[in-house]
Amino acid sequence: MSAPTDHGHGHHDDHGHHDEGAHGSRKEYWIGFLLSVVMTAIPFWLVMTQPIGKQAIAMTIMLFAAAQMIVHMIFFLHMNRKAEGGWSIMALIFTVVIVVIALSGSLWVMYHMNENMMPTMDMSQMG
Amino acid sequence: MQTVTSPALSPIFGRFTIESLPLHEPIVVGTFAMVAFGGVVLLAVITKFKLWGYLWTEWFTSVDHKKIGIMYMILGIVMLLRGFSDAIMMRLQQAMAFGGSEGYLNAHHYDQVFTAHGVIMIFFVAMPIVTGLMNYIVPLQIGARDVSFPFLNNFSFWMTAGGAVIIMMSLFVGEFAQTGWLAMPPLSGIAASPGVGVDYYIWALQVAGVGTLLSGVNLIATIVKMRAPGMTMMKMPVFCWTALCTNVLIVAAFPVLTAVLALLSLDRYVDTAFFTNTLGGNPMMYVNLIWIWGHPEVYILILPMFGVFSEVVSTFSGKRLFGYTSMIYATLVITILAYLVWLHHFFTMGSGASVNSFFGITTMIISIPTGAKIFNWLFTMYRGRVRFELPMMWAIAFMITFTLGGMTGVLLAVPPADFVLHNSLFLVAHFHNVIIGGVLFGAFAAINYWWPKAFGFKLDTVWGKRSFWLWVSGFYFAFMPLYVLGLMGVTRRLRTFDDPSFQIWFIIAGFGALLIALGIAAMLIQFAVSIRDREKLRDVTGDPWNGRTLEWATSSPPPDYNFAFTPVVHDNDAWADMKLRGYERPVTGYRDIHMPSNTGAGVILAGLSVGIGVGMIWYVWWLVAVSFFALVAVAIGHSFNYARDFHIPAATVTVTEEKRTAALAGAAL
Repeated sequence: MSAPTDHGHGHHDDHGHHDEGAHGSRKEYWIGFLLSVVMTAIPFWLVMTQPIGKQAIAMTIMLFAAAQMIVHMIFFLHMNRKAEGGWSIMALIFTVVIVVIALSGSLWVMYHMNENMMPTMDMSQMG
Repeated sequence: MQTVTSPALSPIFGRFTIESLPLHEPIVVGTFAMVAFGGVVLLAVITKFKLWGYLWTEWFTSVDHKKIGIMYMILGIVMLLRGFSDAIMMRLQQAMAFGGSEGYLNAHHYDQVFTAHGVIMIFFVAMPIVTGLMNYIVPLQIGARDVSFPFLNNFSFWMTAGGAVIIMMSLFVGEFAQTGWLAMPPLSGIAASPGVGVDYYIWALQVAGVGTLLSGVNLIATIVKMRAPGMTMMKMPVFCWTALCTNVLIVAAFPVLTAVLALLSLDRYVDTAFFTNTLGGNPMMYVNLIWIWGHPEVYILILPMFGVFSEVVSTFSGKRLFGYTSMIYATLVITILAYLVWLHHFFTMGSGASVNSFFGITTMIISIPTGAKIFNWLFTMYRGRVRFELPMMWAIAFMITFTLGGMTGVLLAVPPADFVLHNSLFLVAHFHNVIIGGVLFGAFAAINYWWPKAFGFKLDTVWGKRSFWLWVSGFYFAFMPLYVLGLMGVTRRLRTFDDPSFQIWFIIAGFGALLIALGIAAMLIQFAVSIRDREKLRDVTGDPWNGRTLEWATSSPPPDYNFAFTPVVHDNDAWADMKLRGYERPVTGYRDIHMPSNTGAGVILAGLSVGIGVGMIWYVWWLVAVSFFALVAVAIGHSFNYARDFHIPAATVTVTEEKRTAALAGAAL
């Protein structure tokens, strides 16, 4: 019981290099690359030809940007639910939670400050 | 740039002139004389005893997490002396400046003092102490040989030290910010603060921030990847869990600080208008962003101390920690909630009732997991065989003091109450109550608890108890009057007062600061006396407190490689479990141990970063360019350094371990 074992700690402990399938195939890289190209080309095309309203274009670009982040994560960073024993997905979820809190929170807070505190404010709307 | 920039910008010295030296301030000149004298004596002693080579090869270039941890602690304690001198200067000024008296500090100087006090205490006292503790303890507690990235660890330390160098420079060359510790614009903008003070602030924090962020990455990787076999996450010591959560907070929060300071720099250097009052800028956005970093920051400081108290309370109660699982979940809940409360720092800025209510409620919710922790510690003590050693005394002082601070915190979380108390001395009393009562008491518990591990002998209890009572009573004397004054409406950061009825409270607070000064002195004497009497206080077992976690399984101080054999973990409190099952230390079969090599690259890179910072502060552009290109060159050069590891031969390990076998046999007689 509790006997120390020395397996894995002779010459073999090169800082724990054992990536768990974190390398994609050539096909995956092609898919990722093509998807990224398409998702970049469409916003360019939208901006250059202006087929829809400005507001709609801005929204579409943001949508494609978000989608492209996901493409990068899956095809280039090889993230999935099992990578690194689940730590990758956990880190991703945490990051998304924090980013969403910080962004939406800031927008919410600053919007209300703007409403309440700008010189033209109407005191009856406080709160 | 506006006209505020001095037109005479020397190509060699930038905006530095001989007038930049504060020669007209007798207090600063006196301090400089003392510091210079002390520094020269120190350098002379090091040179006389030919210690430079030893310091360089054994300490400065060391990638050993234990030595880096100790260097962090020394940095923290040295900076504590600086930060505390600022504190006592403020207490003295406020106790004097009544009824027309201007006190002894002019406004320019006083404003720098309170800014420097806050910045130094948070960034260069609390942070190095917290990081140092995690650095020293975490690898030992998880049964690892070092952290994941040993060179990065050395580099992180030197970046933190580099930030400290920049901030210390501001004392004698130029000036420091006069803005308060968060440098809120528009006051910190170039129009209101054209001097070098805010630039010192920015670059000290940016340089140190790199170190903090990288050490956060390093420790997360260490905890996730390098735990001993059998140590699942839920068998990990609580201190490691709190360290993990703290580092997750660091990695998520510090980039926000870096970004917001970068935006402020752009405003100051290239005339952008992110936080200006004109051209569409919005200073409130700075307040919003800096508190998105700032609130997690206070949990970054306190969470590891919760871990320390968990270890201390369970060890000195001779029991497994009550409610281990609930402790972990409480920590995780605090980690997330830390990001949901930042607006409570600016309830009064006018977000309105809906926003304020939300953040008031989330703030109050944080007291639930924190309260759960307090009860866990109390239940751990309940029916335990409590030993009132120094770490345990600090833990009890913490529980009482921190609970009080927590209650005033919940009070401040009520937005209408905050409208009365915002920016008052009540707030100042509150956060000192939780930071001194939580972080510092935790640091002192940790120092008393782990000192024998780090140096092989216990700390003297007589001076330790003197320091304890002076600190604890000093704290109450210093800060309870501030609660009273705050309730009477006295705002923070005032230099002079009109109402003579306040004076008595400030005198009591000053008396408290004096007691704390004696407490600090007693602690330094405690260290000195203990080093003098080290043979009498020697512990050869490596386990002086009947500890419960793996760091007590190895010798004190641990060998370079920490553990000759990686321990295998079967239960929580692995070492207590091993002792219970009659663990026998293996004495044969040693193998070569693979270790990282020392390197000076960290010192050089950090030194060059300081060069960039100083150049930016004084507009010495050639220095910035030279330092920057040298930095890139050294970084690339270091990446070609392949001589970065070596093996400790089995024979050497055998010699080291046999010494320990002999020492243990001697102790058992």
